Amino acid sequence: MSDKKTLIINGKEVEFTDEPNLLEVIRKAGFNVPTFCYRPDLTQYGACRMCVVEVEYPNGRTIINSSCTMPPEANIKVKTNTERTRRIRKTVLELLLANHDRECTTCDKSGKCELQQYAEEYGIKDVSKYVQLRKDRYLPIDDSNPSIVRDPNKCILCGACVRACAEFQGHAVLGFANRGSKTVVQPIAGKPLGSVDCVFCGQCQAVCPTGALTIKNEVNPVWSLITDPNKKVAAQIAPSVRVAIGEEFGLEPGANTIGLINAALKEIGFDLVFDTNFSADLTIMEEAHEFVERVSKGENLPLFTSCCPAWVRYLELQHPDMLNHLSSCKSPQGMLSMVLRELVPKYFEGFTPENLNIVSIMPCTAKKAEAKREQLQKDGKYETDYVLTTQELAKMIKSAGIDFKSLEPVEGDSPFAQYTGAGTIFGASGGVAEAAVRTAYEFVTGEPLSDLDIKGMRGVDKNHRCKDVEIDIKGTKVKVRVVSTLKEAEKSLQEIKNGTADFHMLEVMACPGGCINGGGQPRSCDDTHIKEKRAQGLYKEDSELQYRRSNDNPDIKKLYAEYLEAPGSHKAHELLHTAYEDKFKGSYKDVVKA
Amino acid sequence: MTTTLIDIKKEQERVKEQIKAQGLRVLVCAGTGCVANGSLKVIEKFKELGADVRPMTHQDKVTIVPTGCHGFCEQGVLVVIPDLDITYVKVHVEDVEEIVESHLKEGKPVERLLYVDPKTQQHVFKNEEINFYAKQTRTTLANCGEINAESLDEALAVGAYQALHKVLEKSDPDWVIDEITKSGLRGRGGGGFPTGMKWKFTAANKGGKSYVVCNGDEGDPGAFMDRSVMEGDPHKLLEGMAIAGYAIGADEAYIYVRAEYPLAIHRLRVAIAEAEKRGFLGKNIMGSDFNFEIHIKEGAGAFVCGEETALMASIEGERGMPRPKPPFPANKGLFGRPTLINNVETLANVAPIILKGADWFSSMGTEKSKGTKTFALTGEVNNTGLIEVPMGTTLREIVFDIGGGIRGGKKFKAVQIGGPSGGCLTEEHLDLPMDYDNLIAAGAMVGSGGLVVMNEDTCIVEVARFFMNFTQNESCGKCVPCREGTKNMLKILERIVKGKGEMQDIETLQELATAVKDGSLCGLGKTAPNPVLSTLKYFKDEYIAHIKDKKCPAGVCEAMKTFEIDAELCKGCTKCARNCPVGAIEGSVRNPHHIDQSKCIKCGACMNACPFKAIKQK
Repeated sequence: MSDKKTLIINGKEVEFTDEPNLLEVIRKAGFNVPTFCYRPDLTQYGACRMCVVEVEYPNGRTIINSSCTMPPEANIKVKTNTERTRRIRKTVLELLLANHDRECTTCDKSGKCELQQYAEEYGIKDVSKYVQLRKDRYLPIDDSNPSIVRDPNKCILCGACVRACAEFQGHAVLGFANRGSKTVVQPIAGKPLGSVDCVFCGQCQAVCPTGALTIKNEVNPVWSLITDPNKKVAAQIAPSVRVAIGEEFGLEPGANTIGLINAALKEIGFDLVFDTNFSADLTIMEEAHEFVERVSKGENLPLFTSCCPAWVRYLELQHPDMLNHLSSCKSPQGMLSMVLRELVPKYFEGFTPENLNIVSIMPCTAKKAEAKREQLQKDGKYETDYVLTTQELAKMIKSAGIDFKSLEPVEGDSPFAQYTGAGTIFGASGGVAEAAVRTAYEFVTGEPLSDLDIKGMRGVDKNHRCKDVEIDIKGTKVKVRVVSTLKEAEKSLQEIKNGTADFHMLEVMACPGGCINGGGQPRSCDDTHIKEKRAQGLYKEDSELQYRRSNDNPDIKKLYAEYLEAPGSHKAHELLHTAYEDKFKGSYKDVVKA
Repeated sequence: MTTTLIDIKKEQERVKEQIKAQGLRVLVCAGTGCVANGSLKVIEKFKELGADVRPMTHQDKVTIVPTGCHGFCEQGVLVVIPDLDITYVKVHVEDVEEIVESHLKEGKPVERLLYVDPKTQQHVFKNEEINFYAKQTRTTLANCGEINAESLDEALAVGAYQALHKVLEKSDPDWVIDEITKSGLRGRGGGGFPTGMKWKFTAANKGGKSYVVCNGDEGDPGAFMDRSVMEGDPHKLLEGMAIAGYAIGADEAYIYVRAEYPLAIHRLRVAIAEAEKRGFLGKNIMGSDFNFEIHIKEGAGAFVCGEETALMASIEGERGMPRPKPPFPANKGLFGRPTLINNVETLANVAPIILKGADWFSSMGTEKSKGTKTFALTGEVNNTGLIEVPMGTTLREIVFDIGGGIRGGKKFKAVQIGGPSGGCLTEEHLDLPMDYDNLIAAGAMVGSGGLVVMNEDTCIVEVARFFMNFTQNESCGKCVPCREGTKNMLKILERIVKGKGEMQDIETLQELATAVKDGSLCGLGKTAPNPVLSTLKYFKDEYIAHIKDKKCPAGVCEAMKTFEIDAELCKGCTKCARNCPVGAIEGSVRNPHHIDQSKCIKCGACMNACPFKAIKQK
């Protein structure tokens, strides 16, 4: 092939084609260089200087440069481990550590911190010859955000969070302030992270190499619930958790571990275990009904999906004038918690509305905030008591001394144990729309859709952040748009505002690729293939399940027959739908202009 | 397409006649330095008193011309009367009447306002006898101080826009690039990259939108050559930019000027407006089909914005932080488009090269460094100011001929050349021909051309600390080596000048300096350790004296000063004890006094107060 070129890495001839930078070529060739600031899904930044390599050009000129920012060039000789590059890396590590809060043992990232890891690998034992800057300048920890904790004393200014916030969500709330050694990353205008227009997606902490940004850990209160003999605890597990949590225990990304999760939760002491996939099916019943109704009336189109709490909050904060587009359906988390509150005391002995507690296991940090929404309370009590992210559940399993991999898989508790493939694919960008179309088609035509795989809606990588699909529902063309990241969503909103939008449904997931890449998932920021494998895991389960349309789910049918009457019924509205709130505080853009 | 260009020679003749009609021209410097010294009042007074004067030269009238900077700022306000071949220095508004009455009317020069030669202590009557100017070769600065910078006519009279006219007439962009390449011009902003090559790289990406960017974010402490060009001869810069634009196929340009240069910004705005109005910029320049629009972008004062990628980020409205290279601006620069970025002085060289030819330019300078270079000469020399000399001029010529030697008869110690990115040179380099490569080899760099002369009373460690403090403050904070490394280097230097250094500090400094130099993202970090490395190389003993002996050989570092009373000379007058603000001096009347070193704050009040010179600083 003519576009195959070669270069030399550490003496080995390596082929390359369209890799975006030298670092990727180095990794592909089986070598590695450390980095803090390089994240393949974000713009290259070149600030940490850990990935420096020595490059010799054919003309003999030798330079030192960051490999994450260098395009690969044919016939160059690259050395990754020279005296000079090692010295630079060592000095960088020493300088960072001298300016770092080194209370590692009590840090939430301990064991997963890249700074800790490299310091150990490079044998940094003593940084006392440098000024211990952090001692004079200890900054307060910002605990004001419902999902994320910010500890500026652990920030190494790699800028990954700043880029993630701006490049994924567009409406950046994190930025740099000050210059030189006084530089800090801080929420806009120096406010606490809880007082800015943060959507709680958690992507900032997902890309953070240290403990500067961490998930608000709610493991302890959940343990208290479980160990309290007077309390009953039910868990619900979101679709995308099952294909990611295994990574924490040495399994491949995408491996479906729902049976193991159920078993682990029971082992930990949860009384009942349910699957959010079930309520994803329920969501489809309601949302498809709502969609069909809106289309027939020509009202409030396009319909916006409402499963993603970061997206809901974004609309409330930035575009309250468009809240009428948003589906009134609660998210699957909200629906299941409500159904459980209503029915668990009826179905299960010993459970009362008073002693029942619901903990949801989510891939998402924003779900923590969603659970605390005013609109999601029943009798003065939040419908969902606690939200644990995938990472937090993994910690619980580890601390309980459970050997996850060797557990015997267990099924979820009935009567809500059955779910369809439509519910499972909620976890990947495009899944909600695909599931909705499968059911809406049948609602409209009375006939089942023959080809259930709507491939145009799938794909979770960088190039699939906006997908347009046209569905022919017996002569009626319905256009569905699927976007992930709010930056991408904003473009669609602008199209709607300026009248150029031609789609009828808009599925939005704030995290790039959807929930499989959520802010609460195990680390995936340095390998773009991880999220693809997780998505494949979901589509695999979908293809293997007996039922693949939400309206075929026998448990769902039963629930409607016995309790909810029909999709869109009064009862369904009372339990499964919600309202939104105008939270517009003025745009930062206006402030800057003034 | 046939286009008819205007006749620029005719235009020049027309404006020359106009200027001749002005009669006796009195040039008063209205550069920033002289304005600060009150030149606007001097101008006003001259206009008031000179209005009806019939000068003794028998010209019809007197015209007062506010000009740009002459470079000899410390002697300002400068008043130059070319027809009388005389320069008055340090003119105050009160002196104007005497100049008008005595010299303009009666032909008697006002001797007391003439420049005094530091060597002969004689007044200098003729302009060419002022050493400061006599040894210079002014091409970039040729018109600075000679013309009214806010008049396009005056610029046209000295040949402005003739080079651009020539380029448009030739209608061959490749010829322009060849000419610049042949001239050997190299970037005057710091790195010394061959300008022609940069133009060629950018021109290779011709086709879509391209930009020309002029870097006027002059930030080196003490350097003001770019400001002088923008204030004194703005059309030369605009013309250079337009030629660059023509060569690389750009129709839009930005000048990035720091907001601390309000006068430069004002004059550029005036110049752009006038040039656009009269067809020297804008659409269909001089009747051709070439369009070129220039915007001004005011910087907010970050030193790092002088780094080209940070500068472009700043123009785009982003935080001024450098971006990694590659991609180079020539491929992907401003707004992601191919961009040619040169600094002011480089672009100011373009028009003269095109007009006089590459051979003329390359006849000046050394083998690999052609043309002239401006330097901002400051520090302990008799004549400080802005100078321009051919590349290859020795330090000795600059310091001792143009600079008139070390002030107060003191001994030369070193020069810091190239600002905070440069390095220190010593006596052994006095006869080194200064060009890009020789300076790099000696551990310094031409940089923007800051040249600080130091005498025996300068503490070299303190100099290193000063520059490190500067770069540390101005680091953008993006990459780790620069952000954290310079901070630590500064802390170590602070420790040393406070007398708290340890021998290991020298090693740590060396280590850090190397890592910061090798590892930093941009030029700021890569060059920040230079002052430390070069002083460590040439003055290591001074560092050791500070650390081991706790002594500052130059007697500068406060913490290491000690004041002692010579018991032989002390008469016990008690004056020192009474003047000591902290009560550190003990002693009874008529008996020798004693300083308690633990209380002494080294203010020197006792030494100044002692009538018997009994107190010595050690």
